[in-house]
Amino acid sequence: MTELLLTAENIGLTIRGNPILHNVNLRVAAGEIVALIGPNGAGKSTLVRVLLGLLRPDSGRVWSRPGLRIGYMPQRLALDGTLPLSVQRFVTLGTPAARARVQAVLAEVGAAHVLDSPVQAVSGGELQRVMLARALLREPDLLVLDEPIQGVDLNGQYELYDLIGGLRRTHGCGMLMVSHELHLVMATTDHVLCLNRHVCCSGHPDHVARDPAYLDLFGIDGARRLAVYHHHHNHHHDLHGAVVPDLPLSSASGGEGGHRPPVEQDRG
Amino acid sequence: MDDFLARALLGGVGVALAAGPLGAFIVWRRMAYFGDTLAHSGLLGIVLGTVLNLNLQLGVAITCLVVALVLVLLQRQRRLATDTLLGILAHTTLSLGLVALAFLETVRVDLTAYLFGDILAIGPIDLYWIWGGALLALGALAGLWRPLLAITVHEELAQVEGVPVFPVRLAFMLLVAIVIAVAMKVVGILLITSLLIIPAAAARRFARSPEGMALLASGLGCAAVGLGLWASLRWDTPAGPSVVLAAAFLFVLSSVVPGRSWR
Repeated sequence: MTELLLTAENIGLTIRGNPILHNVNLRVAAGEIVALIGPNGAGKSTLVRVLLGLLRPDSGRVWSRPGLRIGYMPQRLALDGTLPLSVQRFVTLGTPAARARVQAVLAEVGAAHVLDSPVQAVSGGELQRVMLARALLREPDLLVLDEPIQGVDLNGQYELYDLIGGLRRTHGCGMLMVSHELHLVMATTDHVLCLNRHVCCSGHPDHVARDPAYLDLFGIDGARRLAVYHHHHNHHHDLHGAVVPDLPLSSASGGEGGHRPPVEQDRG
Repeated sequence: MDDFLARALLGGVGVALAAGPLGAFIVWRRMAYFGDTLAHSGLLGIVLGTVLNLNLQLGVAITCLVVALVLVLLQRQRRLATDTLLGILAHTTLSLGLVALAFLETVRVDLTAYLFGDILAIGPIDLYWIWGGALLALGALAGLWRPLLAITVHEELAQVEGVPVFPVRLAFMLLVAIVIAVAMKVVGILLITSLLIIPAAAARRFARSPEGMALLASGLGCAAVGLGLWASLRWDTPAGPSVVLAAAFLFVLSSVVPGRSWR
């Protein structure tokens, strides 16, 4: 029994004579994680803006379940340096909440220590977590994350994806996630849409990874990096760079084809 | 204290109180040039008010608002950047005001007073307009505070979270137009922007919250009015520019005094 949260049918959009989106179909069901991948300029962010109702498509239609609560994590935040705004104020701008509640949500995303910092003073990775906290505070039915790992170093990226993947369990929300790399989203995703102005291919991540259209789009080299994705560290780094050991489970699988040995990225 | 001096002080303080919080938003939203453009169109409002026999401040407010709406319309075409559009609008409307003024042969107009302010000539009626406009602007801004802050931080995020972005933005423009209309008498249309942004900029280093910065900007604006008027009497300098210089002095002072910067 899957209840639909959001659907888009035959979306087409042309901006100043440039076709940006052509005949795009998409659906997100409750509790489902859908990833939107594609190269730069493929129209991913534009599609997200259409889905959020920020941009009107030339053709097609977007439907969302009545009363759907969306938590949106935008790609970037360009906050003027003259605005004195603490993280707590930033997080509660969209949803008023008591300090304890804000602290709890920030703790959940691993950013409790920046509660009283100015927004402009937190690092790139912390800012992503803070924006995620603001989206979670709305108790959303659907999380829309636009390039959620931007400005985060490599180990932080895996950590952030683990965190995001876990949110489905803890919050029960559906997710639409934009990324330009498949290997990062594969572990947690139910359904992948590979976009390059139109939907090149879609389906389960394993299926998409073998699809000729995907290989065309990203090239063999890009596709090969998939092998890396399945590897496991025996430890990871927290926000301060300290080593945090993982629970003993690391029976690292080498990926499907085993193109390459797992690569350790230890930059402690 | 002389009556005219008391009125000048009272009028200046009224303007400074409203200009503080509004100026803070103009600084945060990087809209200084926008405020300047609206102010430039104020002269056209004077002519309009004179011809239509309206209250001049009402004429200015209406003209500013129309110019703001024209800007919103022009922004829909995306060929020219906003600052280019603002430059076109600012100087076109100022020149239009000057040319239209020349046609009013029967009316004697003290151009300098409109361009640079005539705070010492504030009459009792002016005071009503100033305080009425200032209180209206402050009250409306208080009601608008939360959504306006949200769209200042991230417009699209605010829209997804349910803020009616366009009406809020329009209401903010209206408030700027009102404050420009009431501030004109104090510092004149060419100097109004300074009263909006200099106190806010001076307040930045000492503020830890948006509200704190807005309040401090109001306070510093009032201090600048007092200081400027005092200097103007002491050295017999033009009052409006003296107030602006006093604000600039406070700004310089704020950036050199030792204090804990939040960041």
